[in-house]
Amino acid sequence: MATQAATAGGRGLTRSRVAAGLALLLALAFPALVGYNGYYLEIGFNFFLWAVLGLSLNFILGGTGQYNLGHAAFFAAGAYTTAILNTRLDIPVLVLAPVAALVAGLLAVAVARPIIHLRGDYLLIVTVGFAEIVRITLRNNVFGLTGGSNGILGIDRPVILGFRLAQMSHLYYLSLVLLLLTLFIAVRLENSRIGRAWSYIREDEVAAAAMGIDTGRYKVLAFAVGGALAGLAGNVYAAKMTVIAPESFSFWESVVMFAIVILGGTGSIPGVFLGTFGMVVLPQLFRGLADYRMLVFGAAMVLLMIFRPEGLWPNRRWRLAVRGGDEPAVVAAGAGRPAGGPEAGTGAAAGGGPGSGTGAAAGGAPGGR
Amino acid sequence: MLVQQVVNGLTVGSIYALVALGYTMVFGVLKMINFAHGDLFALGAYLGLTFLIWGALGQGTGGLVGVLLAGLLAALSVGLAGVLVERVAYRPLRGAGRLPAVVSALGMSVFIQNGIMLIWGAFPVAFPHDMLPEASWSVGGVTVSLMRLVILGGSLLLMLALYLFVQYTRLGAAMRAIAVDHETARLMGIDVNRLIQLVFLLGAALGGLAGVMVGLYYGQLNFTMGWLYGLKAFTAAILGGIGNIPGAMVGGLVLGLAETLAAGYVAGEWKDAVAFFILILILLVRPTGLLGERVAEKI
Repeated sequence: MATQAATAGGRGLTRSRVAAGLALLLALAFPALVGYNGYYLEIGFNFFLWAVLGLSLNFILGGTGQYNLGHAAFFAAGAYTTAILNTRLDIPVLVLAPVAALVAGLLAVAVARPIIHLRGDYLLIVTVGFAEIVRITLRNNVFGLTGGSNGILGIDRPVILGFRLAQMSHLYYLSLVLLLLTLFIAVRLENSRIGRAWSYIREDEVAAAAMGIDTGRYKVLAFAVGGALAGLAGNVYAAKMTVIAPESFSFWESVVMFAIVILGGTGSIPGVFLGTFGMVVLPQLFRGLADYRMLVFGAAMVLLMIFRPEGLWPNRRWRLAVRGGDEPAVVAAGAGRPAGGPEAGTGAAAGGGPGSGTGAAAGGAPGGR
Repeated sequence: MLVQQVVNGLTVGSIYALVALGYTMVFGVLKMINFAHGDLFALGAYLGLTFLIWGALGQGTGGLVGVLLAGLLAALSVGLAGVLVERVAYRPLRGAGRLPAVVSALGMSVFIQNGIMLIWGAFPVAFPHDMLPEASWSVGGVTVSLMRLVILGGSLLLMLALYLFVQYTRLGAAMRAIAVDHETARLMGIDVNRLIQLVFLLGAALGGLAGVMVGLYYGQLNFTMGWLYGLKAFTAAILGGIGNIPGAMVGGLVLGLAETLAAGYVAGEWKDAVAFFILILILLVRPTGLLGERVAEKI
């Protein structure tokens, strides 16, 4: 919602700003509303944490259109950095937050540099392979640091001015702070020079390069920002769990992050929230159907893609790329798509000149569904 | 010792190659990674086990004929499952771009994997080891068991048959045609949808058969096994040059060899990482693979 307020460029009380403010109030009051019930607070924590992970991947996947299906590796880097330094050297968890972000960001740069020229499915599969190598490395207890398949135990809780954030409600607010920070970065970047460059690269890399954008550098930058924020999420995750193990950062976690971004609507901030709700919160609420949960989940991923290939709440600019990016002139093949034809036309017009930044209302329309 | 390792590596490699064929064929005609292929492979392993047990209940023992029959049945059912997957999850998305297809394939993978878990249970299942007669031959210090011979010989024969089919039959030619261009192929009177179904049928059937072979070889099944084997087989496909059928065979054999030798001479616990190192290396250095002539990625 904040995005639309920002793209609209208007000051004052737009509808989406009011909505964002209400959402924030609700988030702040949530612990009191559920009576400080640990179960619901934990769901809230997970919602925020995964929204942060989704947003961080969104810089790479939605921002520049680079397929990264190994994002869990950066999450793991942040968590393990925190865990190792905290348990070995007793450095406070909160002090380690920037360190975790830095290590994960540097890892992301190191990974992205050599593979940046790859596209599409090739990039996708390289990131999968890379994340698997990270997981196997952690499992093999390299240098005796990562604790093998049992992971690392006894990570401390965060401490602020002598106050230990040990209760679930404290951790809930910590994750909310993390989310707000991430949102701030995401919104500011989206409309900055960097964000514009990213979206040009996503729409047409050759054209972007021809316009003088150093595409390689901007693509690596997207990895750096996304990786660093995932590392920050890893820091908070480690502090909350106090125990981490390699299996928490498997391919499945990467798939969930990927699906959050795509199902919600690639490149769209409200979409990430919707995607997180669908991928993380709904399955937890349906615990009772534990056995069939994942079966339904897989089927839902397929069905959603068939009926809404642009995601639930697509980014206006991105929708164009999903429809026409790879194979033009086949739009008609995906018959029975709810969002009809005329909108595609407006989307194309707006996508041509993102600078004009029109049509906040058009962006809002699919959300109303 | 070395020669024995090579034999072991080739045996595992031939299984990878069989699974890799499914990836490479689908990538060839649809330009998509069928993430559910690994899980179809796992489904084949479980179905094979079930058919074997049924057969064994009927006639007393498994035996070579029993194993072949169970493998055939498993291949056939998985082949049909592959056709179903294509019809349900991929065809409706065929014009929608890459990302929706990736997510749909991942969703299908989750669906099949959890379906297997619901039917056969979440715990590892033992695959009877005594289904094949315990015959083995020793040639110059190298032991070759009947099981290895069935796996290696069987998969090489199947791959040869597939290659001949694709190269020298009308259907094979049509398949190669749609790999180049759907629209033109359609104008030439080729039923593109039927051909794609055939590709899924053949690819999934070979994957299912490979699943049965893994069961025979390792004697244990796990409902998540499809993911690791799938990714390794995909690596094999990339290694050989994706979209290229002889490439998948070469890639599979090379990967099996590399992995077995690395496990034997470097470090066993890094065995699973070898495939991924190779994957990354090959994509950085030679994205077209060893035998690939295809352009890696269109702009």
